Amino acid sequence: MAVLLELKHVSKRYDAPGEQNVTVLDDVNLTVSEGEFVAILGPSGSGKSTLLRIIAGLVKATSGTVSYLGQPIVDTNPGVSMVFQSFALFPWLTVLENVELGLRYKDLSPQEKRNRALAVIDMIGLDGFEGAYPKELSGGMRQRVGLGRALAMEPDILLMDEPFSALDVLTAENLRRDLLELWLERKIPTKSIILVTHGIEEAVYMADRAIVLSRDPATVIADIKITLPHWRERKDEKFTRLVDRIYSILTHSDEAREVLPSARGESSRRYVALPNVPSGALTGFLELLDDLEIKSDLYKLADELMFDLDDLLPIVEAAQLLGFATVSQGDISLTEVGKQFAAANVLERKELFRIQLKERLPIFERIRWVLESKRNRKMPREFFLEVIRKSVGTEAAEVQLDTIIDWGRYAELFAYDESSRVLYLEDDEDPNRG
Amino acid sequence: MPVRTRVSWIDVAVAVFVFALLFVIIKLGTGMGVPLSPKDQPHIVLDWRMLPYYAGRSLLRMFIAYACSLLFTFIYGRIAALNKTAEKVMIPLLDILQSVPVLGFLSVTVTGFMALFPHSLLGAECASIFAIFTGQVWNMTFSFYASVASLPRELNEAAKVMRFDAFTRFTRLELPFAMIGLVWNSMMSFGGGWFFLAASESITVLNQNIQLPGLGSYMATAMNRGDIPALIEAIVTMVLVIILVDQLFWRPIVAWSQKFKMELSNAGDQPTSWFLNLLRRSALAQWIGRQVFGALGRAIDRAMLHLAKRAQARGPRLRPAPVRRGLKWILLAAAAAVVAYYGYLGVVEVSRLGWRDILHVVVLGCFTALRVFASTALALLWTIPVGVAIGSNQRASQIAQPVVQILASFPANMFFPFIALMYLNWHVNFELGAIPLMMLGTQWYILFNVIAGTMAIPNDLKEATKVLGLRGWERWKRLYLPAIFPYVVNGCVTASGGAWNASIIAELVSWHKHTLVAAGLGAYITEATTRGSWPNIVLSIVAMAVFVTIINRFLWRPLYSFAESRYRIEWSGR
Repeated sequence: MAVLLELKHVSKRYDAPGEQNVTVLDDVNLTVSEGEFVAILGPSGSGKSTLLRIIAGLVKATSGTVSYLGQPIVDTNPGVSMVFQSFALFPWLTVLENVELGLRYKDLSPQEKRNRALAVIDMIGLDGFEGAYPKELSGGMRQRVGLGRALAMEPDILLMDEPFSALDVLTAENLRRDLLELWLERKIPTKSIILVTHGIEEAVYMADRAIVLSRDPATVIADIKITLPHWRERKDEKFTRLVDRIYSILTHSDEAREVLPSARGESSRRYVALPNVPSGALTGFLELLDDLEIKSDLYKLADELMFDLDDLLPIVEAAQLLGFATVSQGDISLTEVGKQFAAANVLERKELFRIQLKERLPIFERIRWVLESKRNRKMPREFFLEVIRKSVGTEAAEVQLDTIIDWGRYAELFAYDESSRVLYLEDDEDPNRG
Repeated sequence: MPVRTRVSWIDVAVAVFVFALLFVIIKLGTGMGVPLSPKDQPHIVLDWRMLPYYAGRSLLRMFIAYACSLLFTFIYGRIAALNKTAEKVMIPLLDILQSVPVLGFLSVTVTGFMALFPHSLLGAECASIFAIFTGQVWNMTFSFYASVASLPRELNEAAKVMRFDAFTRFTRLELPFAMIGLVWNSMMSFGGGWFFLAASESITVLNQNIQLPGLGSYMATAMNRGDIPALIEAIVTMVLVIILVDQLFWRPIVAWSQKFKMELSNAGDQPTSWFLNLLRRSALAQWIGRQVFGALGRAIDRAMLHLAKRAQARGPRLRPAPVRRGLKWILLAAAAAVVAYYGYLGVVEVSRLGWRDILHVVVLGCFTALRVFASTALALLWTIPVGVAIGSNQRASQIAQPVVQILASFPANMFFPFIALMYLNWHVNFELGAIPLMMLGTQWYILFNVIAGTMAIPNDLKEATKVLGLRGWERWKRLYLPAIFPYVVNGCVTASGGAWNASIIAELVSWHKHTLVAAGLGAYITEATTRGSWPNIVLSIVAMAVFVTIINRFLWRPLYSFAESRYRIEWSGR
């Protein structure tokens, strides 16, 4: 099959003066041929959307090349169209007008364009809604318009950025089937589809190939062929085995990171990025795990909680980071400390949390040290922001510091005044503590 | 608008640029100043039957100015939003331009434009339009720029993936997205424009009195003659015109523009317009809309698409980078040289005045600043209780809001003569008496905001206050004052900006053969303008711009961002 798209050594760094470079993508190589349906999987914030935008030519790679039909692309990739997570419809245009925009630069008469657009609308099952505005439609119908607009452009490659994640379960399933039908029965001239998703099941259900990305920075850690015949059965053993395999690849990449903070020496001084999880959510999660009492399969846990893996993983990661839980082979279980924590009362919990924070995350000890060494026991937020910024970059630093403050406040390691944006130690605090 | 309190080199460069520009216009004005011959002077007839004609002339000026503002907005706002390099200069420039007192500028522009069109009224006409334009345009440009710069990422990307050309991007994405804000700001700016119209139609410049046929001149003539009935006629006409424009032009546009709302859900309370409904039901109007405007629109669209496709087919014409970069630097250097040259000339001109004059102007500026603060404080005193009372009552606010909007549009300077008359009768000290005059036009912005702020208080909070048994002062302290604080600050920013401009006509008021003067920068500008003393004009205008900019940067902006971050109620439950 002819090669449509080729990525060679694509990297993406965000450089800012006075900061360490934040690398989002590192040396990604990928070849997509005609007839392939590729799913790109990865944990949240792994840069899979960035990768898709580099393919589309919306974001420039720091190094490496993207070629379409052998030609390196300079600006927007001429061979693609895109379906967006938020649909990206123009709210002031009707369904018909939105779809017609996709045909704007085709060499057709206005009448032909109209007929073509109507045919596309018919095909995506929106017959009768031509004159409706997007706000009159349900989420699923809106995404159908988004899909129709992209298909009207008749691209060689259809890029989809988490197109189903803003939809409810049933609607998403319905749309998946319809898209798959168009694709499998060759009702659309599209030669290849690249789907970015965090749903492993979704990928295994639809795609011929799953590309798994790691995090911080993202590289391709697995390229798995999915050869199951369509239509695939989710309860099928082969199906679940494949899902489990990809699951363990995904979580394994997290385990590798988890080793870092506990390892002593130079690396322990390194700043460890915290998942953006409020302390309350973490506490609730640990209680829940304790109630379940057994080792739980993460995949089933997410399913039972009606959580997306994407939402669950940061909490799992936080629990791992603080040594409250361990994950192995896709199963999560509480550690001794974790069990103690779940059984403790409010004050004991704070104590345990405090101990874990100071032991495992050097930044908390550092903040305490800074505050204690100051005579007025106060320090502006900006100071710590600067410290973190050096490791994680400007954009992430604010969120990181918010999480640090939330955890630190919960553990009563320090206090924070939002209006003056100052971290401080409370006066009445027992000096022996900590 | 990003909050910037530090003065950067760009601000300084931009300030120098504005200063130089001002000076160029003044120089051109003096160099070419050809007076209108005295016998051709248009004559204002104080007869009520002439009022429709005068109102029409005034209205024409307003709409020409508005059209110019719109054009400027699109060009300037779009460049600033899309070009990162240009943005760094254009936005601070806009910021400074909007603090230049428009009315002080009037004398300069009148002479300039009259020189362009000697022996015809067109020059004065242009100057008046220009004054209205400068009163309207900055708000609109800011709004458009802010919208285009904050386009949702995915919409922007969708446009890029579909390879929109500039025209398609503007008509399908940027303009619709900016529409709601633009319409709202247009309406407010247009309302504010009446004040500048009234002040600019009749002006004494270089000892020469120029009167354009219009409502403002009618009023000015009545004032000179002390003709109270004529003044009342002018006021009534003005109110009628404002209401008509509101009902027949702005309301329909506001109602129509609702379809550009970004929220993808159907919200309940939508603005409506009886006039728009009428048009929508009229077959003739629909036919005209489709066959004339629609056809025209489609033809333009097709032509632009054709051009864009031709350009795409030709492929990108890339000039080699070094050439482009070189060209850019040469242009920049040339611009810098010109700015520096005129900046230097301006400094030389002003330096002829000596330190004593400069100090004098600064002291006068402080007086005016005090009056501006006093007028804002005075307005707060009555608008907060009244605004909260109106805002707490659904029906009252429904009636009050449009009324307040019309009051805000009404040019306050039309009332000045009555108050001057009162002052003369009761021998009021005008140093203090000028304060209520400045408040007259600007208080409505605060009232408007207080009402909006009170209406935005979530019902739950009100009920919680009731359950907690908070009463009297305690309720004000815990609920109303914090909740309306961001809105009040917002209103105060607009009001104090308006008060600075108003000081130019409020600190020096004439009635018949009496003239009341208060010591201040505004009166100084007016006097310098009448005398035609260029160094003084340049100095005082620059001084006022500096005062306004400093107060904005170091008082209002920080206060505004504090209010936004601390007291803005975000009701996530909805």
